[in-house]
Amino acid sequence: MGKILEINGPLVKLELPRTVLGEQVRVGRMGLVGEVIGRDGDTALAQLYEDTAGLRPGEMADGLGWPLSVELGPGLLGGIFDGVQRPLQAMRERSGDRIARGVAVPSLPRDTRWHFVPDPQRRAGAVLAGGDVLGTVQETESIRHRILTPPLLHGELLELAPEGDHTVEDVIGRVRLADGRIEKLYLFHRWPVRTPRPFRQRDHAVAPLITGQRILDTFYPLLKGGKAAIPGPFGAGKTMLQQQIARWCNAEIVIYVGCGERGNELTDVLESLPELKDPYTGRPLMERTLLVANTSNMPVVAREASIYVGITLAEYFRDQGYDVVMVADSTSRWAEALREVSGRLGQMPVEEGYPAYLGSRLAAFYERAGRVETLAGDHGSVTLIGAVSPPGGDFSEPVTSHTKEIIQTFWALSKELADARHYPAVDWLESFSGYVKSAAKWWTEHVDPNWESARADALDLLAASEELQRIVNLVGVEALSGEQRWTLEAAGLIKEGLLQQAATDEVDSYASPEKQFALLAALLEIHRQGLTLVKLGAPARKLIQMPLLAQARRWKSQHGSEDLSALKAKIAAIPQAFEPLLLEYASTATPRTMGGA
Amino acid sequence: MKNVEFRTAASAQGGLVVMAGVPGVAAGSRVQLRDHAGRLRSGQVIRTADDAVLVEVFEGTDALDLERTWVRFLDEPFKLPLSRDILGRVFNGSGRPADGRPPIITADRRDINGEPLNPAARAYPREFIQTGMSAIDGMNSLTRGQKLPIFSGGGLPHNRVAAQIVRQAKLLGEEAADFVVVFAAFGASHADARFFQESFEESGVLNKVVMFLNLADEPVIERLLTPRAALTAAEYLAFDLDYHVLVVMTDMTAYAEALREVAVLRGDVPARKGYPGYLYSDLAEIYERAGRIKNRRGSITLIPVLSMPSDDITHPIPDLTGYITEGQIVLGRELANQGVYPPVTVLPSLSRLMKDGIGKNFTREDHPHVASQLFASYAKALEVRGLAAIIGAEELSDADRRALAFADAFERRFIGQGEDEDRSIHETLNLAWELLSMLPPETLIRVSEAELAKYHKGKA
Ligand SMILES: Nc1ncnc2c1ncn2[C@@H]1O[C@H](COP(=O)(O)OP(=O)(O)OP(=O)(O)O)[C@@H](O)[C@H]1O
Ligand SMILES: [Mg+2]
Repeated sequence: MGKILEINGPLVKLELPRTVLGEQVRVGRMGLVGEVIGRDGDTALAQLYEDTAGLRPGEMADGLGWPLSVELGPGLLGGIFDGVQRPLQAMRERSGDRIARGVAVPSLPRDTRWHFVPDPQRRAGAVLAGGDVLGTVQETESIRHRILTPPLLHGELLELAPEGDHTVEDVIGRVRLADGRIEKLYLFHRWPVRTPRPFRQRDHAVAPLITGQRILDTFYPLLKGGKAAIPGPFGAGKTMLQQQIARWCNAEIVIYVGCGERGNELTDVLESLPELKDPYTGRPLMERTLLVANTSNMPVVAREASIYVGITLAEYFRDQGYDVVMVADSTSRWAEALREVSGRLGQMPVEEGYPAYLGSRLAAFYERAGRVETLAGDHGSVTLIGAVSPPGGDFSEPVTSHTKEIIQTFWALSKELADARHYPAVDWLESFSGYVKSAAKWWTEHVDPNWESARADALDLLAASEELQRIVNLVGVEALSGEQRWTLEAAGLIKEGLLQQAATDEVDSYASPEKQFALLAALLEIHRQGLTLVKLGAPARKLIQMPLLAQARRWKSQHGSEDLSALKAKIAAIPQAFEPLLLEYASTATPRTMGGA
Repeated sequence: MKNVEFRTAASAQGGLVVMAGVPGVAAGSRVQLRDHAGRLRSGQVIRTADDAVLVEVFEGTDALDLERTWVRFLDEPFKLPLSRDILGRVFNGSGRPADGRPPIITADRRDINGEPLNPAARAYPREFIQTGMSAIDGMNSLTRGQKLPIFSGGGLPHNRVAAQIVRQAKLLGEEAADFVVVFAAFGASHADARFFQESFEESGVLNKVVMFLNLADEPVIERLLTPRAALTAAEYLAFDLDYHVLVVMTDMTAYAEALREVAVLRGDVPARKGYPGYLYSDLAEIYERAGRIKNRRGSITLIPVLSMPSDDITHPIPDLTGYITEGQIVLGRELANQGVYPPVTVLPSLSRLMKDGIGKNFTREDHPHVASQLFASYAKALEVRGLAAIIGAEELSDADRRALAFADAFERRFIGQGEDEDRSIHETLNLAWELLSMLPPETLIRVSEAELAKYHKGKA
């Protein structure tokens, strides 16, 4: 038992002998919780997850004997938790609309009874190793929760409960450890959030994460188990893009971490996901989703923790053999929380007030993404997608530049595109993906062997048009050749007919890989047909006036992913639209047919 | 402890006082200082240990004689007395009456820092508020419970725009009976405060307004309290008395500068431009108090006004604000110089909640597409205007000339309107179609073909 010596914002100095770094502490009459981040002899420095107003020097303080940990077991899905995994819905029932301090509510519901089905492989007397599946609980209709042996446990299984209903606090089994001690098993276990959960080995990421967003899937793909960042100035669309991914991606579990962002955005997710159907299972999307919310007005220390709580939950589902996606909005707020605490600790800032360890902490965090072979021998993955909010939209600032070195897929959002309401405002020149080769294998196998070359053609066209646009801005469009004008037009067609994809468009909000490729191929075909004509001497002006161009810009919103037959018919008819012009110009240009027409 | 006065001030510097040897003082506690002349000042404990307590003094530490300063720790945070009687009243920046009338008598006193709203308790704002201004209603709609700042600059008519919103704001098809205004000014000039007061008076809402005024010549540090006091009053009106509260606060830049001043004194590590790293969290504590709560009738809609230093939208104050609020209305000097009122620069303006509060069941079915089309067409037209400046308008194609004409008409007739002109959303949308009809229909791909057929007035 110790006492408070000093209170300085979220930091408290304690007289608390024999504590260890990272240990949880409970301080003051209100029982506020925090963690030890520094020690000097018998004094310890702790950061508290709750507002310290009203706390006094001299009040008691106590070490709890464990680091910040989360409860892992059935009851997580569909829930919303704060930055230290307190269940916000249950908190609301307990203490009203505002978050009261010192309220302790267990993360997992204690009274729910889950139907446990033991794994037939687990027999009494057999060896039980960390990560082994003890059995399953059908948590939601789409997700079967595998009950895992705590990762560090190893021993002889003495007994395991038969099929039946249990709460998370019921003992479902017992294990004899090597030293003879007996350990009880429950439907849940705890894990410290700052320690990555173990696995057998890392695996190669193989399949792309399909998000239904063309600029992502077709142009800058991400793999399941990969790392991506979405930097962009305010209002550019980071949150919308992450919400789109949370809605439509083909992962089995989605962890949405609102880290220092708006309360209403979480409300939006909470209200909209139960209404939306998973395009792969047909079940309400909320069944596969869980939210971690530390909004910008909630205490800053818990904000720092929220990212780790989120990634630990993600790893836990990975260990059950699932493909998990975690979106973190925004990692900049996490970095700022780090900066705030380091500032109060008087640590030497290196750039823009950030401590020297910013880069290594970021890297260690992203390192927890990946596809792995689990302890139980399954395959699971954690895909990590972090939003970055650079001050003033300047990508050279520390958080963006460090992140850029860590991730493989970079979806750069541009203010210019967002201002013109080109959504998603992903800049096709600034963005990159290191996963194109691997993704190409999948697209070749599942959609079309020409995916990689079509993608490259479209990007070339976009790059060329950027050059041409610069010329136009200097001397006007008249300076361009016919071919160049057509290139400009075709690039415009790709931007409007393919890259633009409004989240609010019910038909086009999600585009299946097949639809994505069909549109891409179609627009490239229009470009090719036109190019042939221009080369034959047809004036670009005539091509640009073709009604087909305006029509093709609407195709994305006219044809949903469920039925592509009508779209494919339109695509098949593209050559017909060019036929009159072809007849006209092919005849004048090709001597052999001169007399014919 | 409340009743004991200590005379142990050990040092004082620009707003901060260190008290020695007062054990057990609560963090965040309110402090009362009595100086040698018997004048009272108020402060707050920002750091506390048994041997030294750091106090921030809101009226500053000028002319404080440490030997003759008596300090009382009030053992509670700053609280605001609340009752229905606050309507029609004027308070100073820390919530004391400033209209010569008696204090509010009530047992209900609330911590002005509030408590964070549980995200699971929020209700998503979806009700369209008609402001009668096309640039806002048509393209950057406001919804009940939204926080939508006005980004402005010195000499721009942000006060007039804010006052017009207050005068005209209404829900479609609903009486404005349960609608009240909380107005907070910090660092504002007397002229600005008077302008608002008169505007409220003229529109006859003065008895439905609560004002918190910390003007330019009043203590700087007190500004840290003003928005919090105002929002505490707003929360009470909205969530206890069921009012729909429109909160107007001006000028957030003065607030942030006050925060910086204190941060520098405390020796906090600066992040950008000398502003402390916690400016984001601090602003968020203020802005996030707007909103709606499940199963409660009232709402808080927040319109902070801020002037962008050197018209720079990337300056930390507008930047961090934009990262927290649900969009922004940006006023521009260029339009203002051309005599366009309200000079709303629409491209960098944004309302994030618009998408959920407009359209078929809220305004009109074509609204989302029309807004998107206006943005796209205007953005394109501005490119043409840029081009025309280089190569000369004579060189432009016919299509480009039409785009130029559209841009001009759009700025003058759609964005521009009278200060007393209160356009219904239907008038706004019809006007939008009239202007879009200046452009060839095949270039309007953000609206549906059905909408084109119904509303486009031109020939294909
Ligand atoms: N894919 C999209 N489809 C349609 N609209 C979009 C899309 N992306 C963004 N928007 C529009 O832009 C607005 C801002 O987007 P969003 O809130 O995602 O920005 P942000 O980058 O997260 O900003 P901040 O950093 O301030 O949180 C949205 O409210 C929406 O109106
Ligand atoms: Mg966002």
